[in-house]
Amino acid sequence: MTPLPPFGVTVADKPNDAGGAVTIRWRPSPDDVENGKVTFYRIYRAVEKDGQPGQFVQIDQRPAGADTAYVLHDGNADDELSYFYRVAALKLVKKDGLVVGEYLAQSDIAGPVSPVAQWFHMGRLSAFIGVAFLSFFILFFISRAKSGRTLFIRKIGGLEAVDEAVGRATEMGKSIYYISGLGDMDNMQTIAAITILGRVAEVAAKYDTYLDVPVCRSMVMVTAREIVKLAYSKVGRPDAYKDDQVHYLTDDQFGYAAAVDGMVVREKPATIFFMGQFFAESLILAETGNSIGAIQIAGTAMPAQLPFFVAACDYTLIGEELFAASAYLSKEPKLLGSIKGADIGKAVFLIAIIVGVVFEVFGIWQFSNLFSVGSN
Amino acid sequence: MSTRAKEIIAIASITVFALIFYIRKVTGGLPFEFPMAVTYGVIGLLALSLLWILILTIQGKLIERRVVFVYVAFAVGLPLFMPISQKMTISPEVQQLYDAVLEQKPGSRVLISFDYDPPSAPELQPMAESFIRLCFERDLQVIIMGLWPQGPQQANLALQKVLEEEAIAAKNLQYGVDYVNLGFQSGNEFVIQGMGDSFKKKFPTDYQGRPYDDIPMLSNVKNFYNIDYCFNLSSGFPGSVEWVQVAVDRYGQDMGAGNTAVQAPTMYAYLNANQLNGLLGGMNGAAEFEILCDYEGKGRKYMVSQSFSHVVVIAFVLIGNVAFFMSGRKSALNGEKEQA
Amino acid sequence: MRREVPLIITGIVGLGFVVQYFIPHFPFSKMNDWFTDWFSIVQACAIVLGALNLLKVSLEKVAAQKKDWGYAAVIIASFLLITIVGLVEGEGFRTPGTTFDWLYVNVYIPLSATMFSILAFFVASASYRAFRARNLEATLLLIAAFFVMIGRVPVGEMISGFMPEGWRLGNLASWIMNVPQAAGQRAIMIGIGLGIVATSLRIILGIERAHIGGGE
Repeated sequence: MTPLPPFGVTVADKPNDAGGAVTIRWRPSPDDVENGKVTFYRIYRAVEKDGQPGQFVQIDQRPAGADTAYVLHDGNADDELSYFYRVAALKLVKKDGLVVGEYLAQSDIAGPVSPVAQWFHMGRLSAFIGVAFLSFFILFFISRAKSGRTLFIRKIGGLEAVDEAVGRATEMGKSIYYISGLGDMDNMQTIAAITILGRVAEVAAKYDTYLDVPVCRSMVMVTAREIVKLAYSKVGRPDAYKDDQVHYLTDDQFGYAAAVDGMVVREKPATIFFMGQFFAESLILAETGNSIGAIQIAGTAMPAQLPFFVAACDYTLIGEELFAASAYLSKEPKLLGSIKGADIGKAVFLIAIIVGVVFEVFGIWQFSNLFSVGSN
Repeated sequence: MSTRAKEIIAIASITVFALIFYIRKVTGGLPFEFPMAVTYGVIGLLALSLLWILILTIQGKLIERRVVFVYVAFAVGLPLFMPISQKMTISPEVQQLYDAVLEQKPGSRVLISFDYDPPSAPELQPMAESFIRLCFERDLQVIIMGLWPQGPQQANLALQKVLEEEAIAAKNLQYGVDYVNLGFQSGNEFVIQGMGDSFKKKFPTDYQGRPYDDIPMLSNVKNFYNIDYCFNLSSGFPGSVEWVQVAVDRYGQDMGAGNTAVQAPTMYAYLNANQLNGLLGGMNGAAEFEILCDYEGKGRKYMVSQSFSHVVVIAFVLIGNVAFFMSGRKSALNGEKEQA
Repeated sequence: MRREVPLIITGIVGLGFVVQYFIPHFPFSKMNDWFTDWFSIVQACAIVLGALNLLKVSLEKVAAQKKDWGYAAVIIASFLLITIVGLVEGEGFRTPGTTFDWLYVNVYIPLSATMFSILAFFVASASYRAFRARNLEATLLLIAAFFVMIGRVPVGEMISGFMPEGWRLGNLASWIMNVPQAAGQRAIMIGIGLGIVATSLRIILGIERAHIGGGE
């Protein structure tokens, strides 16, 4: 009844980690896949004492049945200690659902091994090189822009239309709504949205048009208030600003959508901006705005929501156009330079993709492996 | 008739309808079903009315959006009473997820993350129930958690339903031994990162407040290295994208995902890059998975409604384009007449 | 200092997070945990701000009987109801059988599901209004949408079931999702990723300052 033991047990420090982990590998018992005599493998560990293993303690139990080598990571090890490991093949005998017998076969002892922390994750070398290249291009073009060279940036329809959209609201004597999405201040899209809000607030203050900013997150409310207040001060209209222009509704996605929809249908704003991170509520908001005839400008980096905004809004900023908004609206050379640098980075990736596709088609596999990023 | 009057009639009709069905449900009445003749009659009427709308459109009389809404309501609601069954083929990504679960040996540990809330439950709850049932049938240990506050509550609803079924109840599964619900933890993707180091640090107690160390099935579970397969149900952020970026990319976790139909297209890039081991997309995915699991659940039941609603949307898109081309032709003809 | 201190904090924390991705050794491996905990604390405090603001705005509306003050009254009533019920029920407030759970299952779930279900109607009306074959790209989009919509439901199998395996509408829909759609998604995701890197670098280095009020 006792199965044959597993063999080929090897132990080594787990690479590319903060220490505290050991990788144990073993080959299955010959009775495992062929005869189905093994139910589990039990993994035991003992602390080293004077070069010898102390008492073995079970640390894990894994189900049997694989026909290839088993791998287990013991993530509970101490860097200060050395360990020995052994693996046992276990057969459980059950009768009427109850375990009536256990047959254990122990492997040879493997070790000693000590976990070690690494100072650099070698599996992420390609990501490091990529980030370094991209950062270099961005910083290079920022410095070039600072030196006075003019940089071309193509027209972005949605951003060109901001003044026109605010003007429309002014002419109609109605308000502007600015919806900054569901993201919190840790989200890049929300930061980009807040940046555009500053510009919209300046124009709204200049034309004396009421700007309403219902938000979904408390921290966004706090930041947005600062931005709008500053924008009003910049154009010399600090008296026109009211704290309640930027107000919190709810963190709940559809509660927020319902509240905004209700406000849109009742107040009938002439212009609505949707900028930031949106999810399923995007079409609900955009269609409601469309139904009241408002001019709508949207911008998001959520690929799943872009089609809805394109269908329901007059202008849509797609993906990185949202992140370029800050540079586009301010025309500041440093910011334009960073966009140019990112574009050059994109060109490099494009070339790499084309080269990679050609290599893969002709069976030269190593090139694409250069771009893989290892896990922990 | 004024718009307000129409709205009142519509709301009153829906309320009466809902009350009738609620009373039937509460008093134990049988689910209402159309006879086949009535079913064909209803389908025929819908088709003819769409044809009539097409004729009106060609004549230049465009319909308003409320009519579109009424048709969608019919397309979604009426099939629920029709005794129609439809044949479905299984998509490769759904088959891949099913095979991935079948590869797990009895005793393997499966982590299920419930990252959705009630609005997405119609699509994701059938997936959750089927997946949990399959895990229990295969004697896999199930560890549940959530990055959305309502996620663990949705998990409890799914567990409740599955554990009441005869075949699963006969297994006499024990909480803490065969399955556990660790509850919700705030922090979005940072929770996943923290779990890569230690589950216990992120979830010091389970959903009911029981300490991590007191749960027998978690005694050998320190982090992702002790998990054999992950399944993420998600409808937004944080969700499958974050799980792929952290659990799969950083910790090499084997993972499948169930997403709403809106989010599923985003996941194909990860599926094709083998970062995801299986994908269920929307109610379609839920229905296909139920077929593989040989279970008649809500996913399969509601696919008829989905079929009808897709056909209605396509019909209106075609009608809209007919109107567009007709108006273009009229402008061109008027232009020619002016020139002449 | 009001401007410099946030910039310095942003720079140090941002660089720290970039570095910790490449250096697994302590203390970098623990940075995520520390900052996550602090973020949760700040977020929790900020929620109070938001909730108080919501109550304040609603109470002012009700007190002054401004336009549509009834909705504000509903907000106040539901806010207080759910808060009081949760507090009274104590630690196990989410356990099935409690009043909080009853409100969740019988009020919150149907309301949320109703809002989400509006999408079905709006998708239909948006499609009817916006999907026009104005040019070649729009026509291609329409054709692809037609095949995917029909191929993803059993009706597609019904229509094309007579065709050989691999040539049916479902297979075509699958191909569209896996090949051109996935390619488009990847392209957008790569662009977004690069945009995020560029924006993050600008913020970390203090070049981008619009989110703290702009200026030099």
